Amino acid sequence: MDFNDSPEEAAFRAEARAFFEKNATRKSGHAAAQRSRADDAANLAAAKDFQRRKAEAGFAAITWPKAFGGRGLPPIMQVIFNQEQASFEVPRGFFEIGLGMCIPTLMKHGTPEHAKRYVPPAVRGDEIWCQLFSEPVGGSDLAGLITRAVRDGDDWVINGQKIWTSGAHYCDFGIIVVRTDPNVAKHEGLTMFFLDMKSPGIEVRRIKQVSGTSNFNEVFFTDVRVPDSQRLGAVGEGWKVSLTTLMNERLAVGEAPAPDFDDIFHLAREVTVEGKPAIADRAMREKLADWYVETQGLKLTKFRTMTALSRSQTPGPEASITKLVSATKLQEIASTGMDLLGEGGSLMEESEVPAAALFQQALLYSPGLRIAGGTDEILRNIIAERVLGLPADMRADKELPFNKIPRGKR
Amino acid sequence: MNFDFSDDEKRLKEEAHGFLNDRCPPKAVRRVLEGELPFDRDLWRGVAELGWTGAAIPEAYGGVGLGHVGLCALAEELGAALAPIPFASSIYLAAEALLLAGTEAQKSRWLPKLATGQLIGTIAVAEGAEARSGKPLATSAEGGRLSGTKLPVADGAYADIAIVAARTAKSPLALYVVELNQPEIDRAPVKTIDPSRGHARLTFRGAKAEPLGSEADGEAILKRLYDRAAILVGFEQVGGASVALDMACNYARERYAFGRPIGSQQAVKHKLADVYCAVELARSNAYWGAWALGADAPELPLAAATARVAGSRAFYVASKENIQVHGGMGFTWEGDCHLYYRRAKHLALMLGAAPEWKEKLVNEIERRNAA
Repeated sequence: MDFNDSPEEAAFRAEARAFFEKNATRKSGHAAAQRSRADDAANLAAAKDFQRRKAEAGFAAITWPKAFGGRGLPPIMQVIFNQEQASFEVPRGFFEIGLGMCIPTLMKHGTPEHAKRYVPPAVRGDEIWCQLFSEPVGGSDLAGLITRAVRDGDDWVINGQKIWTSGAHYCDFGIIVVRTDPNVAKHEGLTMFFLDMKSPGIEVRRIKQVSGTSNFNEVFFTDVRVPDSQRLGAVGEGWKVSLTTLMNERLAVGEAPAPDFDDIFHLAREVTVEGKPAIADRAMREKLADWYVETQGLKLTKFRTMTALSRSQTPGPEASITKLVSATKLQEIASTGMDLLGEGGSLMEESEVPAAALFQQALLYSPGLRIAGGTDEILRNIIAERVLGLPADMRADKELPFNKIPRGKR
Repeated sequence: MNFDFSDDEKRLKEEAHGFLNDRCPPKAVRRVLEGELPFDRDLWRGVAELGWTGAAIPEAYGGVGLGHVGLCALAEELGAALAPIPFASSIYLAAEALLLAGTEAQKSRWLPKLATGQLIGTIAVAEGAEARSGKPLATSAEGGRLSGTKLPVADGAYADIAIVAARTAKSPLALYVVELNQPEIDRAPVKTIDPSRGHARLTFRGAKAEPLGSEADGEAILKRLYDRAAILVGFEQVGGASVALDMACNYARERYAFGRPIGSQQAVKHKLADVYCAVELARSNAYWGAWALGADAPELPLAAATARVAGSRAFYVASKENIQVHGGMGFTWEGDCHLYYRRAKHLALMLGAAPEWKEKLVNEIERRNAA
């Protein structure tokens, strides 16, 4: 039992670290700087530039087959690259969905011509992709989507609305799953396409979140024409194709979102409650111990996943707990951190509160983490059904044609 | 990255699993629980013959020299089987104490017999229903003689030797090796929440005792011993928790109510998903402990407290929710759920309860930050 790299892994790690040393600055201080997820033009330009350098150095498609311009390395190398990246300030949030989910779907279900045309510019960062899956009627119940596509000659005509689309306002292309047949069961009437986000009839509106920032969009489709040649997979196979997209979600091996244990530990040492450092309080110490146990447990669980990858084995299901445990922990740490500051804990003035209002900001963004990428409830269902083998829930929509399924008013 | 058992350790674990499935089903645990036997002597002989008792004892002292990571693998299986034998007392505590602090003569005298299971050892620290708080021990040692009462002492009624903590004129806590078969010691079995593990009250009236380690180092040795044992017990907890979770899942698949398996209800699913999270976090933290034990790493005290807190919580949560999923049947004596619930709480209290370990954990982080 050890934490050592194999010689190949160590060599790759050194190569990755050298790349970051040359092309990025090492993180300093606490997490405040990492919060900036603003997707303005300046950040976008910086992200594109960094992506191009990554591609030129051979780090943009580490695990993809060489035929698609990748390096053909095993998944452990991507994990190692991400680990090294975690120590540096790098632009994030622009390419993950396109390269992690959209392009792999295109590589698997598109034609060789599609791959030749779209893969290289995506890898270089010249073109960015988004994923148009969720709708106002269904996030957790994704297959309940109602955006329609109707065949018209060589084209399909799309009408409807998507929501929670990260980056739709700057993306060049998107993959979209739509309903092509409402008369069959809900999972059977879906089809996947890719489309140009500049197509006539597409309108993108930013969503302002609880935290005040806007990372997502609503996307409206009015008579948007998509050629049948841009279909991914067969008509009616859209659910299966979208599952391959979702399976490609990157390994959750990145850092936990801040504030984490270290942030609350330092805060508890800095601030005074009733004349004593907060950390002197027994109840606070017990909470700190519990968070440390969870934080460390999650980190070590990732090492177990890495071990399986390193041995070319399929990782066990233990990685499925990461988001479920860490999102709630983050929310609790944020709330408790504010509790240590008395009435002033509600201040959002970065100059007035410790850690430049990290805890206050986290209180406002943590609810989103418990929802995005699978709600706590859906994740518990997934663990229960796929890991523990418990039977599927009884469903009111089973075996009904989609257009006979009851729907609420909202 | 090799953060897992090796292939050899996995094979050992599988063999242990098969052996215990065969030799230690719940009905064997029940025979001890119901007072038919003080402990399962056949099982004890069996695991000794397989070399488990000597797994982490060096070959020079009659052990197998397999190392502590291998012992962790065995501990997980012993915990899963709720093995009603004095393994923790004799191996994780008595043998380890001798290895940590014994003189050459003490090690040569006792370890070979502990390694073969011929002798049973234990440890006697607690003095009644009170958390250790720095208060001086009532049990005292003077001129090689011990006086006082220890309660509860695991396996105290039938162990051959004990490591006993006592105060001396010079030290608030010193350790002694004591042969328990002497007229100056009274031993009386006591009731605990987990009768599948025997406990006793030991009264020393000027009993002969031999110092273990220096008088001044008693507290430090005991802390190191408890840290190391916490990791091994952590594996027992992970083993027990996994079985309790499996039992609950099996029952939830098979038991029907309202025309459907109860496991198809989200109220049951979500509960068990949360138990799964607790068990996997505990497993990962236990692995960290195994690594620290195997490498004798400076992180050991922190890894031990982490594994201990996570393990205690996981087994407790898994065993109580196992009863809940079983409903009324889980509350019967005939059902096996209570065997895990009892053991979970017993293991969470031996070596000190969770609040003490949480305090140790935060102390350790503070110490490391100050350094």
